[in-house]
Amino acid sequence: MTAALSLHDLRKSFGAMSIIRGVSLDIENGERHAIIGPNGAGKSTLFHLTSGRIRPTSGEVYLHGERITGLPPFEINRRGLSRSFQITNIFPKLSVYENLRCATLWSLGHKYAFWRSIERLRDVRERAQWLMEQIGLTGRRDVPAGVLTYAEQRALEIGVTIGGGADVIMLDEPTAGMNNSETEQAVALIRKVTEGKTLIMVEHDMSVVFNLADRISVLVYGKIIATDTPDRIRENAEVREAYLGQVSHQ
Amino acid sequence: MTSALRSFAPWLAIAALFVAAPHVFASGSALTMMSVMGTMIIFALSYNMLLGQTGLLSFGHAVYFGLGGFVAIHVMNVVIHAKLGVPVALIPLVGGLAGLGFGFLFGLVSTKRAGIVFSMISLGIGELVSSSSFILRTFFGGEEGITSNRSALAPLFGHKFGPQIEVYYLIAAWCFISIVAMYALTLTPFGRMCNAVRDNPERVEFVGYSPRVLRMIAFCFAAFFAGIAGGLTAINFEIMNSEQLGAEQSSLALFMAYIGGVSSFTGPIVGAVIVTFLQITLSDVSSVWQLYFGLMFIGVVLYAPDGVVGWVKLHRQAALRGQLWRLAPSYALVTPAFAAAGVGAIMLIELANRQFELVQSEGSVVRLFGVDLDAATAPPWIVAALLFGLGVAAVRLLWPRVGDAWGAVNERLHSRDPA
Repeated sequence: MTAALSLHDLRKSFGAMSIIRGVSLDIENGERHAIIGPNGAGKSTLFHLTSGRIRPTSGEVYLHGERITGLPPFEINRRGLSRSFQITNIFPKLSVYENLRCATLWSLGHKYAFWRSIERLRDVRERAQWLMEQIGLTGRRDVPAGVLTYAEQRALEIGVTIGGGADVIMLDEPTAGMNNSETEQAVALIRKVTEGKTLIMVEHDMSVVFNLADRISVLVYGKIIATDTPDRIRENAEVREAYLGQVSHQ
Repeated sequence: MTSALRSFAPWLAIAALFVAAPHVFASGSALTMMSVMGTMIIFALSYNMLLGQTGLLSFGHAVYFGLGGFVAIHVMNVVIHAKLGVPVALIPLVGGLAGLGFGFLFGLVSTKRAGIVFSMISLGIGELVSSSSFILRTFFGGEEGITSNRSALAPLFGHKFGPQIEVYYLIAAWCFISIVAMYALTLTPFGRMCNAVRDNPERVEFVGYSPRVLRMIAFCFAAFFAGIAGGLTAINFEIMNSEQLGAEQSSLALFMAYIGGVSSFTGPIVGAVIVTFLQITLSDVSSVWQLYFGLMFIGVVLYAPDGVVGWVKLHRQAALRGQLWRLAPSYALVTPAFAAAGVGAIMLIELANRQFELVQSEGSVVRLFGVDLDAATAPPWIVAALLFGLGVAAVRLLWPRVGDAWGAVNERLHSRDPA
């Protein structure tokens, strides 16, 4: 069986600076995989390389066995990989409903259609409505995304990410900046909307990571130093020293 | 049934307005002005497909307007020469297709990137085309331009479109069709994604769309409708010259769209009407009318960034919730101050224009607001400077009150449902 997502010796350097220094990783279908590591370890860069935002210096990325290295983001998205952003990245002037609608259009096959009314597309309407219920923003349907509360924007960010029905979902710090109850809600939301999908997430909140992930990879200075189950990662001496230890001492 | 009627009602109103206008304003000059307005509405709306809808600031939109018009006028002459049975009513479509063709060609280069790069390339292409109009004289006709005779084409239902009234209705019909078509485009998946690409091109890529393809399609549509406007202009004036595709014409599109308001669909329509009206009337009144134009544009950019339509919408919102009275006192104070500053500015401009420019040919006396003023003497200058200075000072002093009043209104507008 081919892995849902597979990274082969991925490297990225900016000038003389190596940010990602040879990452290889296989993520199975339906797995929930968390990537943790200290600040500046290259977690977001790894996300950018995988989702097409930046091109790797060398190495390969495979999605369901198909090579997607260096493809533009929209090509990768069309192949079933969708990602969210650490800093909320939505359409600020469009309403909640319109944001979600934009996220569904391509996957429902409407492409660049300029000959039919969007209001009459039942599949788009139903899917956007369903998404809005999933992320709990039905009551904010016509509010411009730019004026939502922070937690609401984060929920919309997830809604836009899953809107196209991609089966590989990458979430970049989905609970960053949230308080405890908001984090709890976000975790429940992530669990619900990624049911049966492959999830890869970057996360700083260890309770979220150990709660949600099937496996964890620890990225330190552009290299994965360990990939294992949450329990084993907790016990791994190298990891404790490089990362978890620091956290508990802070 | 009622909802269908409601969505058709604005269109019926526009159609009725277009039909009735020449009966209300029947004079020859009004008819000419309204014909120009019709073409400019299409031009401004096509420009706003780029600026307001897709977030592309073009400095060279007249290229497609002008080239559409030139191709249209050449086709008219070919049709006349070869005695082809093409009615003049179809010529705007020729202009549109020409605009589309050039839009596709230049779009390939310019839509690669958005933002500043796009603007720079549009400026470059604008200069390229307008400078080539002085080189390729057979096509552009040099300084005289290319002329034609619209009534020499085949008639449509017995109409030869010789009289201005018939041209007006031809323009009105094309204008109406174009408005409906451009509005419909905003309601399609493509149209909504244009808004998305305007708001956040990066995220668009991560929901499966290529921003470049979206920009390219929008650019082609904008060029097509600009070409229609150019074709109608060729019919209306029966002459095309290189001014029609130059930088001034391009900035006119920007003026019209921005003054009317780029964030609403109707903005450019209102802007085209206002700007065309001022262009024609002001140029009769003052030789430095373009200066007023520039000042007005700066004023809108600074104080009403959503244009006239945005400004009206804001006040309508307040009025609908019964809050307009809160603004009245501050407006009552600030309006005379504005008026004084405005009158002072106009006096200064006209006195200066008279004293330094026209004094040789027309003497030093200028008639302003019904009063004869001698620009060679000091008193008018002193009055003007006082009006302007005190007006500006008063506006600055009183402006915070307007802000406070709006603060109070907004508080009540947005406090309806905290849940």
